[in-house]
Amino acid sequence: MASATASQTIGPFWHLIEDPEWADLTRFGAAGPQVTLTGAVVDGDGNPVTDAAVELWQSDPPADDRFPGFGRSRTDEAGRFQFKTLKPGPVPGRGNAQQAPHFALTILARGLLKALVTRAYFAGEPLNETDPLLSSIEDPARRATLVAAADGIDRWRIDIRLQRGPQTQTETVFLDL
Amino acid sequence: METIPFRPFAPGTQPPYDAPAYGSTHKRHPQEALVRLPHTITETSGPRFPAAQFPPLPDLSVVDGKAALGERIIVHGRITDEDGRAIPRTIVEIWQANAAGRYQHPADQHDAPTDPNFRGEGRVYTDANGWYKFTSIKPGAYPWRNHHNAWRPNHIHFSFFGAGLAQRLVTQMYFPGDPLLELDPVFLSVPEEGARSRLVCKLDMTVTEPEWALGYRWDVVLRGREATPMEG
Repeated sequence: MASATASQTIGPFWHLIEDPEWADLTRFGAAGPQVTLTGAVVDGDGNPVTDAAVELWQSDPPADDRFPGFGRSRTDEAGRFQFKTLKPGPVPGRGNAQQAPHFALTILARGLLKALVTRAYFAGEPLNETDPLLSSIEDPARRATLVAAADGIDRWRIDIRLQRGPQTQTETVFLDL
Repeated sequence: METIPFRPFAPGTQPPYDAPAYGSTHKRHPQEALVRLPHTITETSGPRFPAAQFPPLPDLSVVDGKAALGERIIVHGRITDEDGRAIPRTIVEIWQANAAGRYQHPADQHDAPTDPNFRGEGRVYTDANGWYKFTSIKPGAYPWRNHHNAWRPNHIHFSFFGAGLAQRLVTQMYFPGDPLLELDPVFLSVPEEGARSRLVCKLDMTVTEPEWALGYRWDVVLRGREATPMEG
């Protein structure tokens, strides 16, 4: 059988398929506590990545007709993305493990021949202490790249640094899926 | 809910993050090793796109009943996983340049004409057996500033979701016999020749419509599942 088809970059003109409404996962009338997630994507020089697609997926609450569970945001001239969605709860991990509430974030852009995937957890969640992924990352500075900081009421912020460098210092933890 | 993990990619079939010949990768590729994440429900599940909320747009070649300029084409193919199992009713997103090699996009400054009758985006769904199909215009080649006199080969952008986050695939389909392929750092970033060749569609006379449009076939393979479910 054939192996999986090769990835290629999304390129700078993917906005042709963009619907800005996709960044609002509550637009179909989803019920539940809402949160806003924002952040900026920067390159190895600390410059904003202005042409990226950032995609959010959450397996909790489960997707249904009123809640797609999936969103896509462009990055703007400051590299900023923003999602409005429902706060996720804990989900099962492997074995008997419990995972702390999190979003999966996928970054697609010119210069990325394949997607980069990371996660956004929530600062202060007690389950973060025992989350299998967070616990597996020994360097506290690197582990912190996976945790969104409170940025006002029901607002969370996480910046994504594609590459370490003098300006960015700590590179975001990206996941090998 | 499907909780069977996906298999790792076969070596050599996927491009690297750091591809020196493709300049935009220089400041955008990670330098730290990726952290391996055994798949959980977050990676094995993925979004669904009900057609009522995300309506299909299967014809890029006409806007308001007016035909776009260029060579009309029909592109079809089958989406399966690595075990050959069809991926049914999955969304396929499509976007591309017009026949002159120009995107209907404010950042595209290539001095080539736009075409108000060409819609540069499409969206289709596979049927119960994994088949998709849409009508478009053959995209033109266009210059980009990666290196002196750099030109992208004719290509159509595709986005696939499959059944789970780890199956997400964004890629490009190329056309057979394009002499620019062997000069293109994006295409050449895929290490294995066989994997590169599977990015190139084939002329398909079975869907070519006489006096109307040339047909092309392009099959796509998304990652397969591991043999056994994960624990728990």
